Amino acid sequence: MPDHAHNKETVFFTRHLTKTYVMGEVEIHALRGVDLSLYAGELVVMLGASGSGKSTLLNILGGLDTASAGEVRYRDQDLVNATERDLTRFRRHHVGFVFQFYNLISSLTARENVAIVTEIARNPMTPEAALELVGLSSRLDHFPSQLSGGEQQRVAIARAVAKRPDVLLCDEPTGALDSTTGIRVLQVLQDINDELGTTTAVITHNAVIGEMADRVIRLADGRVQEVTDNPQRKPPAQLSW
Amino acid sequence: MAPLHRKLIRDLARLKGQAAAIGVVIAAGVMVLILAVTTLDAISLSKARFYDSHHFAQVFADLKRAPEGVAGRLADIPGVNQVQTRVKAPVRLEVPGFDDPVRGLLVSVPDGEQPRLNRLYLRQGTLPESGRNDQVVISEPFAQAHGLAPGDHITAIIDGRLQRLTISGVGLSPEFIYQLGPADLLPDYARFGVLWMNRRALGHAMDMDGAFNNVVLSLQAGAREAEVIDAVDRILALYGGIGATGRDDQISHRFLSEELNQLRVMAWVLPTIFLGVAAFLLNVLMGRVIRTQRQQVALLKAFGYDNRDLALHYGLFTGVIVAAGGALGVALGAWAAEAMAEIYAEYFRFPELSFRLQPRILALAFIISAGAALLGTWHAVSAAVRLPPAQAMQPPAPERFRASWLERSALGRRLDQPTRIIIRNLSRHRLKGLMSMVGIGLSGSLLLLGSYQFNAVDHLLDLQYRLVMRMDVHVTFTDPTPERALAELRAMPGVSFAEGYRGVPVHLTHGRRDYRTSIMGMEAEPALRGLLDQDHRPTRLPPEGLLLTHYLADHLGVRPGDTLEVEILEGHRRTLRVEVAGTVDEPIGVSAYMERRALNRLMGEGPAISGVWLLTDTAHEADLFDRLWEAPRVAGIGQIDDVERQFREYIGDTVLVMMGILLLMAGSITFAVVYNNARIAFAERARELATLRVLGFSRGEVSWILIGEISVITLAAIPLGWLVGTGFAFLLNEAMTMDMYRVPMIITPRSYAFSAGGVLLASTLSLLMIARRLRRLDMVSALKTAE
Repeated sequence: MPDHAHNKETVFFTRHLTKTYVMGEVEIHALRGVDLSLYAGELVVMLGASGSGKSTLLNILGGLDTASAGEVRYRDQDLVNATERDLTRFRRHHVGFVFQFYNLISSLTARENVAIVTEIARNPMTPEAALELVGLSSRLDHFPSQLSGGEQQRVAIARAVAKRPDVLLCDEPTGALDSTTGIRVLQVLQDINDELGTTTAVITHNAVIGEMADRVIRLADGRVQEVTDNPQRKPPAQLSW
Repeated sequence: MAPLHRKLIRDLARLKGQAAAIGVVIAAGVMVLILAVTTLDAISLSKARFYDSHHFAQVFADLKRAPEGVAGRLADIPGVNQVQTRVKAPVRLEVPGFDDPVRGLLVSVPDGEQPRLNRLYLRQGTLPESGRNDQVVISEPFAQAHGLAPGDHITAIIDGRLQRLTISGVGLSPEFIYQLGPADLLPDYARFGVLWMNRRALGHAMDMDGAFNNVVLSLQAGAREAEVIDAVDRILALYGGIGATGRDDQISHRFLSEELNQLRVMAWVLPTIFLGVAAFLLNVLMGRVIRTQRQQVALLKAFGYDNRDLALHYGLFTGVIVAAGGALGVALGAWAAEAMAEIYAEYFRFPELSFRLQPRILALAFIISAGAALLGTWHAVSAAVRLPPAQAMQPPAPERFRASWLERSALGRRLDQPTRIIIRNLSRHRLKGLMSMVGIGLSGSLLLLGSYQFNAVDHLLDLQYRLVMRMDVHVTFTDPTPERALAELRAMPGVSFAEGYRGVPVHLTHGRRDYRTSIMGMEAEPALRGLLDQDHRPTRLPPEGLLLTHYLADHLGVRPGDTLEVEILEGHRRTLRVEVAGTVDEPIGVSAYMERRALNRLMGEGPAISGVWLLTDTAHEADLFDRLWEAPRVAGIGQIDDVERQFREYIGDTVLVMMGILLLMAGSITFAVVYNNARIAFAERARELATLRVLGFSRGEVSWILIGEISVITLAAIPLGWLVGTGFAFLLNEAMTMDMYRVPMIITPRSYAFSAGGVLLASTLSLLMIARRLRRLDMVSALKTAE
């Protein structure tokens, strides 16, 4: 592994992380022992086919779900034995989420969708500044139904970064978008990583996106299969799929 | 404004149909409570104030004649506070421009002064001037019925002498709040009036100078009424006293108390049922609305909102609906209660109707509805926050479905796919389906409760006036009259049949229970007065012994074969023991019956009658009434169809107006529940339906899934509504049994049809409104978004 990674502070750390859950009548072993570290300021892309466990991993890192066994730490905080209240505080102050289906609140405008997060954050930027960051200054008062898919996803990103999170966790952020729109969204993520230094993890099944990352982590069958350093990050504009 | 609050407002706006429906359920429950309690309160408060401010007496006694000096002895009875002796005289009146016979009751007032007890409230004019023997105050309803005002004249026949009277004032008395003529059940303001005249003038006219024939007393605080009554009876026995009574047996007070008791029952039973049902529905409805927000709850949690924030957010959501619904309910309830109280004021005459909203009732209404709504919200929100947000944000895992026995049957194999979906949805979500069914069933039961009395009252009146009261005209005599008077009446114009009866006022006692009523002595098989057994078949009087109205037998706790103590309240007072021979079933009145000659023997008299029933030819009616009016001893003439009309009006005005309002509320609740149910079913299925549309199902086929599911639930709910509604009706019926009349516990097919029809109509309307949404269903967006 290259030096720049090891010299940095470890943000997330997992050891023998497993997760089993029951869906309908089926018991799913989503994670079967994941060992992983994420470092401050890096942009990591986690690649994997559907069912590889990447979303589950991201959810556990973000405090949206809890591990069945193993160790998960955010800096000094143990996330496995954290209480519901601890996890809520963790999400409120440290994590920004971007989901595949945007998950905007349809009854709130773009500005209000961001404000709903800045309201409860400690040191947020203004909703306007966050939306400016994603290039949506002109769409502040539009409702989700009046925005295109790419715009909605950019609102979701603005919402995620407006609280100045330590980490930004993105689950298939381009999954529901065409490639041109998707690349614009990735550019926004890249800019935020550069400008704010936010540790960013993007999960996707699209290998091309790995080319813009500092590191690429491949997951398969609930385990880390391979970790690749990428010394030459490509700007998103040069990606194509 | 905080974005969460904005979300609240916009969510309310988006869910306005459902929110409004829930608000209606709250409003209906609250309205019924406010209406019933406030009406009750208005009447009892008005009564209390009038009694208090105008010194309503506590003990009342009639007698033949006693010198004024006896008053001092009455005042010396321990526990007596005030004594007011009076002269009372039944009179016939002639009102200019009114042809029907009019009866009146003249009551004395001290010359030119207010009496010490039962003071008059003067609406217009003044008391008779001291020394005037031609001035009277007349009762307000009588004045209104004839358009009489101070200065007008009427004619009275006092003790056989015609006297022209001048009206000096129009007033009300706490003694005649319910102004009832002798032997009447309902007020007839045109044909019966109360008049107050100077004591000296009336005493002179009635040959009662320096004497009295009626006395009223008030008691000191803590005095024992029964002891005072016994003492009064002992003193007045020498002067032809027929037994003093307390307020319980004072006509106006008794009817007013009965009505208040009935209202009190209604004020308990109806709001309990309505608010109970509303609370249940609120709980279910609120829970469902919140459950559709499951993913938003998860999302807010993902951002770091904690459970308290979410509880507050949805609590506010519910609170806004409850507050709006509650306020609407209070406004409607207050408005209806005032209208209702005014209707009652037509029958019960108070100087003024005291009307107030009681804060504790308002608080109760809000606490119950807010509690129920918040409970539903709490269940749903806590279920949503219990899930880790990652899971909650996923569309719910595909649920476990199984082919049901229905599908596996021969018929089932031929079902098309949409029908299979319906069956599987229903069998998978049994609890949810059951809740919907119970909800709709309960609203159907309210429809039944609100409607059954209309048909039951019709049944009651048919029973009373087709099977029991079969005469056309009812003539009462001033005193017991020899039987031969019958022959005179038979000879009158238009009379085709006449039957005499003997009525004796009595005080019946059995153990510690007692009741004042009359024993009616009749032919063994009266032609004009039906006696009905339990199955409403005509029955006959035994040669000896009493038949009691079923209600009276219950009240006294006697069964056939038991012996009653019968105190005769006429002529020479005696107490006898008479055996109960059986019971009869009558919806109106509380009487005892006996073979007439047996009663005559009991009274130690010859064949005497107190009144006559007639079958008449309407063509000669005017002529007949003129002749009757001229006849001596005739105290009153009643036309049965008049009485029936009055009774229908009275029940229509009081009970049925109340029931009509309830019915309206029940209808609103039904629609609100059915509509909400359909809306939620639609919201839950929207993705599925959109998918089917994408797959090429037609709009009709897709609608069928929704319509089919709702129809199955609705059809199952109807019999449940009948069952529960019958229970509610039974409860109300039992509770509302009263002396004046008893609505039979009869639910006609019409009521059942009405309940079912109401539910079906609400379902159809709701489905039509949903159909609009189905047409606008956006296939692509419904599939794309996770919500």
